[in-house]
Amino acid sequence: MRSPDLPDHPDQLWRNPEPRRSYDVVIVGGGGHGLATAYHLARHHGITNVAVLEKGWLAGGNMARNTCIIRSNYLWDESSGIYEHSLKLWEGLEEELGYPILFSQRGVLNLAHSLQDVRDSVRRVNANRLNGIDAEWLDPAQVAEVCPIVNVSPEVRYPVLGATYQPRAGIAKHDYVAWGYARAASDLGVDLIQNCEVTGFDISDGKVTGVQTSRGRIAAGRVALCAAGHTSVLAERAGFRLPLQSHPLQALVSELLEPVHPTVVMSNAVHVYVSQAHKGELVMGAGVDGYNGYGRRGAFHIIERQMSAALELFPIFARAHLLRTWAGIVDVSPDASPIMGLSPVDGLYLNCGWGTGGFKATPGVGSCFAHTIANDRPHPYNAPFTLERFTTGALVDEHGAAAVAH
Amino acid sequence: MQLIPCPWCGPREETEFHYGGQAHVAYPADPAALSDEDWAEFVFYRDNPVGPFAERWAHTAGCRRWFNAVRDTVTYEFRSVYEMEGMVNDTGGAPFAMPDRVRVSRKTQREVAS
Repeated sequence: MRSPDLPDHPDQLWRNPEPRRSYDVVIVGGGGHGLATAYHLARHHGITNVAVLEKGWLAGGNMARNTCIIRSNYLWDESSGIYEHSLKLWEGLEEELGYPILFSQRGVLNLAHSLQDVRDSVRRVNANRLNGIDAEWLDPAQVAEVCPIVNVSPEVRYPVLGATYQPRAGIAKHDYVAWGYARAASDLGVDLIQNCEVTGFDISDGKVTGVQTSRGRIAAGRVALCAAGHTSVLAERAGFRLPLQSHPLQALVSELLEPVHPTVVMSNAVHVYVSQAHKGELVMGAGVDGYNGYGRRGAFHIIERQMSAALELFPIFARAHLLRTWAGIVDVSPDASPIMGLSPVDGLYLNCGWGTGGFKATPGVGSCFAHTIANDRPHPYNAPFTLERFTTGALVDEHGAAAVAH
Repeated sequence: MQLIPCPWCGPREETEFHYGGQAHVAYPADPAALSDEDWAEFVFYRDNPVGPFAERWAHTAGCRRWFNAVRDTVTYEFRSVYEMEGMVNDTGGAPFAMPDRVRVSRKTQREVAS
């Protein structure tokens, strides 16, 4: 039985062309970021001779594996800039793409469990407000008003001492987001090429001239990386290193349940984050696995910890059945902020290091990265997120607001 | 969850261990001579390979000692574990230059033999 909430899709989502021998821009990686960037290049910069190369199938990597949470309640001005830019684009995205994405602004609670959590959270609320971002500090009783199934009893091991609340935050249906961007980009002339792995780069005199792929060489005026957890592998093929470590990040869903969970709840301290999908699954995420990995499966003890945290916060979940678990590979940077902009190779552009938080940034990345590629210089919103900051020391330390342990 | 072969205690559950990142990253011999780029390299840049990776691990819930391991980052299989002593950059810093065989303590060898 299909939920009446889920819309029908058009007969054709995108064209499936053979790769041409040359493009103005080649985007490596057909996930949300790659598709959004291609769409913005075509729609807002008039650059339509573009290919998106995807080694698997479109949006089958992290885009298919994330927990769909969208928010902009970051601490520092630099992060507030790009994430709030993104959230504003989310608010108009259905109209922009002419496609349903089931964007649901149901709010997000970030729980505080210790005095230090409380101080950090209140500081972040104030920082958000100074940046014009909706944020409130809620006491435990107010937390229970927003989400009645959260256990706010002082008797538990890590009691809820309060929470930050961003009412405009929410979730969207990740597959539909990808399909909406893919369809719109394809209609504007972008070639979406699946089963096409980039195996090397053609570089002469320090400038990229094309990519070698599993389907032959493709010349390119500019090349943009949007490969998330595998970006450092590509960078090595292009001859430079990145300060990234790749980790599995796990998530899981329950069976379908009646609507019980009205918002999004995240807890950095006991480490679980939970929302209820449109169909009814409880969607839960954990922190990254503690060691490097590309295995797209996580360690069981992470799930065990995640479930014990979830059950303490939500006793009502005790009888829910686990339906499936999976992992995506996330690229973690030293300051838990993205790297987005120019690279050591001319004409080769970096978009990586989003770690555990790339989904919420999808429209903002599309907008800012397309600007960077089209103009060969960063957009003001991604200008702080250079690779050079690890040399200059101008880090954007968002470990606190990243909200996922890594 | 998998068993990790501690060189001193033998195989123990993964949850007893703490990960320490890439092995064989030596502290700069002449720190005052380093450029900003060199410091960035030392502080922030580590290898991130698909496949075998030489790493540091600590048996935090057991003997609390550090050791090195070569682990496959795709299958997560531990190909070898070996002691840290005498291994730091004695091969010029090549991250995958490690002994062919597993260097283990006598105690572990006895356990393996029995």
